[in-house]
Amino acid sequence: MRPGDVATIVTIDRDGCDPVTARQLHEMGFDEGVDIELLHRAPFGGDPMALRVGNMVVGLRKALAAMIVVEPARTAAE
Amino acid sequence: MNAPLLAPVVALVGNPNAGKTSLFNALTGSRQKVGNYPGVTVERKAGRLALPDGRAVELIDLPGTYSLSPRSPDEAVTRDVVMGTAASERRPDAIVAVVDATNLRNHLRFVLELRRLGLPMLVALNMADLAERDGTEIDVAQLATILGMPVVPTVAVRKRGLDTLAAALAPLLLGRTPPPAEGIADITQLQREARAIANAVIVQRGMTKRWTQRLDGIALHPVIGPLLLATLIFIMFQGVFKLAEAPMAWLAEGVTWLQAAATSALPAGAPRSLLVDGVLGGVGAVVVFLPQILILFFFILVLEQSGYMTRAAFLMDRLMARVGLNGRAFIPLISSFACAIPGIMATRTIAEPRDRLTTILIAPLMTCSARLPVYAIVIAAFIPNRSVAGVLGLQGLVLFGLYVVGVLGALLAAFALRHTVTKGPTPTFLMEMPKYQWPEPRDIGIGLYQRAKAFLGRAGSIILISTVALWALATWPKPPAGFAGTSLEYSVAGRIGTALEPVFRPIGFNREIALALVPGMAAREVAVSALATVYSLQGTDKEHTQPLVERLRTSWSLPTALAFLAWYVFAPQCISTLAVTRRETGGWAWPAFMFAYLFAMAYVAAGATYWAAKLL
Repeated sequence: MRPGDVATIVTIDRDGCDPVTARQLHEMGFDEGVDIELLHRAPFGGDPMALRVGNMVVGLRKALAAMIVVEPARTAAE
Repeated sequence: MNAPLLAPVVALVGNPNAGKTSLFNALTGSRQKVGNYPGVTVERKAGRLALPDGRAVELIDLPGTYSLSPRSPDEAVTRDVVMGTAASERRPDAIVAVVDATNLRNHLRFVLELRRLGLPMLVALNMADLAERDGTEIDVAQLATILGMPVVPTVAVRKRGLDTLAAALAPLLLGRTPPPAEGIADITQLQREARAIANAVIVQRGMTKRWTQRLDGIALHPVIGPLLLATLIFIMFQGVFKLAEAPMAWLAEGVTWLQAAATSALPAGAPRSLLVDGVLGGVGAVVVFLPQILILFFFILVLEQSGYMTRAAFLMDRLMARVGLNGRAFIPLISSFACAIPGIMATRTIAEPRDRLTTILIAPLMTCSARLPVYAIVIAAFIPNRSVAGVLGLQGLVLFGLYVVGVLGALLAAFALRHTVTKGPTPTFLMEMPKYQWPEPRDIGIGLYQRAKAFLGRAGSIILISTVALWALATWPKPPAGFAGTSLEYSVAGRIGTALEPVFRPIGFNREIALALVPGMAAREVAVSALATVYSLQGTDKEHTQPLVERLRTSWSLPTALAFLAWYVFAPQCISTLAVTRRETGGWAWPAFMFAYLFAMAYVAAGATYWAAKLL
């Protein structure tokens, strides 16, 4: 994903991370069927990144973001 | 109906960034009592709120949390209190759930979780003005019907909706039977229910937080972002050191004046010495740093409340991850440049215990301002005041180098610690980045007052006790008539220094340094006045800086001076830092470890510097 892209969460790999982290993702609003937008990537390698989930902006590392499987909804250009 | 003997307790509960503390400040004003929950270093904030029917309730501000499954000690307190399992707190008679109107979907999930507790409850729909400005329209009556509890729109920072809130609270406290408690629900289920409710009550969805996105475009920009962060830190440092200069000098003069007044008013003897050198000297050593601490806290509070702090953590996360830390460790470490004590206290925001512990352990390696007087005098004595490459002063360059060595030492120590004693899974970085907000002067003022009070109370009492103890050690026993040396040499402290001398000789320290290191444990800058005492210079260090500089120049070799500087970069920190570490880690084991590893680092660094300088 590039900054500005919007995608829909297909599934969250709950087995790929510990249960506490999985729960935290839900507390931040991540869930199947929710739209997310990539807003910013940190300097030096784009890790961590900032995502918009609903009305919230959440910062998280690449490794954790990899647990969230998405399906592109629309790209920044559209 | 029996009149209750105690005022009913109402708890404010909500997500972080819901504006809970602003609401608490607006409802209770400055009539707050800040204490601690026993056993944990979590602040307990309570205040009084008068209801329209004349009753008063005790309002408590519970730490912000996303759910009742705690991640940090703060969040555990919130859970224990609302579940009624906290030993030190009565179970609240009612809950006010504070919700950010611009982030209804997510915050409602927590409201649903709280509702299952079966306590009388109402919702404060806070930041209602921001939602309105965004063009979001919420059907408040519909929301109240669905949730089965009163919903009151509030704007904490403008004091709007507060009377309505108090009026809605009154009937909840009439002893009606609350809805029955339900078991813990699955988070996903609550999340979906919350989304459904939000969709039902949001009449019109506005364009949200365009300002925040635009500002983030700058603050998180790959090039501008880090530059902005560096500039802000530079300004903060300038503020901490430059703005504090004058008030610090006034305070120091005030202490000196009091000491002089006490000296002339009292007859010579142990009581006078205790008051002048022990109490006034000790308390003075802390109070002098108050301007710096206040300015530092001011910057930190503004950055926290504006929402920028999380952006700083975001930008620094990559660098911190390299040494096994988390972006959140950045702020406590920056605070430690002023003083390690507020820095260590600031680590409470780090949820992961191993992460937090590592941050606490390396915080003293950030060059705190108490080390400056020591650096200043040794640099003045041994580093020639000439310029390098035309513009840069050599003395300033050496000072800057000492700061850099401290930071590198901290990163190295963090890396080593994360691979040994605090070994564990790599911490995750998952953090809400709240919308930008203008800091509210009332909240800054209250926060500043509370933090200053906590600093003076905690550090002050520890420094007072330790300086009085060291004063006693440095005063007794009195030397017999005709003793050749100073009275310090004859005292217990002097004997400890003499006994330590063989330990320090291999790294180039002479007996006088060993003597000065003992009182220097109370507070680092005390080492300067201790050196002055050892070299039989009477009076305060300020008036006698020049003679001491001359004296050091003639009695120390250059390798010794450099070794002394290297020692102070890593030096086992002052007693107050160790005491705060004990408080925050809940035992003496970690402060003991901290002392040992810093001692080892300082010893090796000073030794290496000494021998390298000797060979050159």
